[in-house]
Amino acid sequence: MEYFVQQLINGLTLGAIYGLIAIGYTMVYGIIGMINFAHGEIFMIGAFTSLLTFLVLGAAGISWVPLALFLALAITMLLTPIYGWTLERVAYRPLRGSPRLAALITAIGMSIFLQNYVQLLQGARNKPMQPIIRGGFELMREGDFVVLLSYLQIFIILLTVGLMIVFTLIIHRTALGRAQRACEQDRGMAALVGINVDRTISLTFVMGAALASVAGFIFLINYGVIDFFIGFLAGIKAFTAAVLGGIGSLPGAMLGGFLIGLIEAFWSGYFTVEYKDVAAFGILVLVLIFRPTGLLGKPDIEKV
Amino acid sequence: MSDTATAPLLAVDHLTMRFGGLVAIDDVSFVAADRQITAIIGPNGAGKTTVFNCLTGFYQPTEGRLTLTHPRKGPFLLERMDGYRIPQEADVARTFQNIRLFSQMTVLENLIVAQHNRLMRASAFTLAGLVGLSRYTSAEKKAVEKARYWLDKVNLTDRADWDAGHLPYGAQRRLEIARAMCIDPVLLCLDEPAAGLNPRESHDLNRLLLSIRDEEGIGLLLIEHDMNVVMEISDHIVVLDYGRKISDGTPAEVRADPAVIRAYLGEEEDEELPPAVAEDLAAEKTHPERPGGEGA
Repeated sequence: MEYFVQQLINGLTLGAIYGLIAIGYTMVYGIIGMINFAHGEIFMIGAFTSLLTFLVLGAAGISWVPLALFLALAITMLLTPIYGWTLERVAYRPLRGSPRLAALITAIGMSIFLQNYVQLLQGARNKPMQPIIRGGFELMREGDFVVLLSYLQIFIILLTVGLMIVFTLIIHRTALGRAQRACEQDRGMAALVGINVDRTISLTFVMGAALASVAGFIFLINYGVIDFFIGFLAGIKAFTAAVLGGIGSLPGAMLGGFLIGLIEAFWSGYFTVEYKDVAAFGILVLVLIFRPTGLLGKPDIEKV
Repeated sequence: MSDTATAPLLAVDHLTMRFGGLVAIDDVSFVAADRQITAIIGPNGAGKTTVFNCLTGFYQPTEGRLTLTHPRKGPFLLERMDGYRIPQEADVARTFQNIRLFSQMTVLENLIVAQHNRLMRASAFTLAGLVGLSRYTSAEKKAVEKARYWLDKVNLTDRADWDAGHLPYGAQRRLEIARAMCIDPVLLCLDEPAAGLNPRESHDLNRLLLSIRDEEGIGLLLIEHDMNVVMEISDHIVVLDYGRKISDGTPAEVRADPAVIRAYLGEEEDEELPPAVAEDLAAEKTHPERPGGEGA
C-alpha cells in the first residue's frame, strides 16, 4: 500500500511533464494536422533555458527561492516560445499546403537540428543542478519505507494543473481560443470571417512551446540533471500520451500524459525499470490497434 | 449600366482569370451598388463562383481590378489584399454554395467567432480576456447581443446552443447568412443561398435578403440559379456565359435580352418553351435587338 502511494505520487509528477508536452502536440495537430516531432526539443530547450536562468539569477544574488522560481519560470516561458515561433515560421509555414510527409520529415529534421544546436552550444555532457526545493511531508511509514510527498512534487502538480486550467480557459473562453477552434475546423472559412490564420497558427506554436518549456523547467528542478538528448524520449512519450488521450483533444492530452506517467511509474515500481519504455510504447501499440481515436478523441465523421 | 454619380460600392474592371489554358473569366466588368441586390446568373460553369473566389481572395485574378469603395473607409483594391484582410478591413462577407459552418461549434459561437477581430482587439490579444477586464467583458457582451439579434432575424434563437452541424439544412443556410452579417459587412456575397431550400424557405430567404438590403443598407451580390428568387429580389442582374458577360441590366431588361435566352436555351427556338420564356421571345420580336449583347 505504501509503495503504491509512493509510485502514484511519482507517476503523477512524471505525468505532469508528459501532459504539458502532449498539449503542444495535440494543439498543433489539431490546427494544422501535422505531428511536430521537434516539439520534444522545445521541451529540452526549455530545460536549458531554465538552467541558464537559474545560473544567472544565482550570479545576480537572487536566492530567495519563491522569487527565483517565479523569475526562472517566467523567463523560460517568455524565451522558449521564441524557438517555437521561429520553428513554425522558418520550417513549417513555407510547407503549408504541401503533402503531409514533407512537413513530417521537416519536423524530424528540425528535431535533429535543434539537438545538435544545443549540443554544440552547451556541450554534450550532463548538466547538473542543485535541488532548489527540499523537504516534504511524510505521508506514511512502514518500517524503513517512508512515503514522501515532497514540496517539490506539490509545487509541480499545482503548477501543472493551474496551467492546464488556464489554457483550457483560453481555448474555450477567449477570442483567440475561438479562432483556434475555427481554424481547426476550416481554415479557409476562418479567413473569411476575418481571422488571421497564419497568426493564429503561430500563436498555437507559441502556446505549445510555452507549456513544453514549463515541462522542461519541471524536469530540471525535479530530476536535477539535463542533457541535449532529453527531448527525444520525453517527446515521443508525450506523443504517445497525446495519441492515448486522442490526438487533437486537449483534455485527452492531459489525461494521456498523466496515464503514461502512472503506467511508467507503476511498471518500474512493480516490474522492471529497464522495460518501462516498452510498457509506455506497448500502450501506444494497443491504442492504435483497438482505439485509434484515443480515449477522448472524436472519431472522424465521414461525410457522404 | 444604371448607376449613381459617386463611385459604386464594388467595381469589377476587366477581370480575367485563367487556370493554365482554361479561361474561367474573360474580361468581365460590372458594378454592384450600395443598397442594391446585384445578381450574377449564368449556366453552369459560366464562372460565377470564380468571380466570388476572386473577390474574397481565394484566387489571385490573372488580370483586372476589383475596387471596393467602402462608405466609411474609402477604396480598397481587393485583388491586392490577403484573404483574411478582405473581411477584416474591407468588410466583405461571403457564404458558400456548399455550406461551410464551424459545425462543431454551437450556433451562438459561430456568430461570435465572426466578430473575432473586434474581440481580439478589445481583449488586448487574449491577455485581458483571461483576467476578465471589464473592457473585454463588455465587448463580449456586445458581441453576444449582436449574435442574438441575428439569431432572432433568422429564427434560430431557440437553437442557439445546438452544434451548428446538427441543424437541419435550411437552418444551416440561414445561420451562414447570419454569421456573414455578424462581420458587419458593407458587401455580402451569397453563393446560391436558395439551393436546396423548399418553396417556403426560399420565400423566407427572399424576405430576409430584402430586409438586409433595406435595414442594414449594404450591397448584396448574389449567385443564384433559382430564377424566382433572382427575378423577385434583384435590382440588377449580370449574366455570364462561358466566362464572358453577355448581359447586364434590370431584371426586365435581362429577361428580354436575346443573348440571355440563347445562352440558357440554345440557338434554335424550341416548341416546348416554358410559358414565361415564350412570352419573352414574343416580346423580343416586337422590340428590336438590344444593345450590350455578345461580348460585353
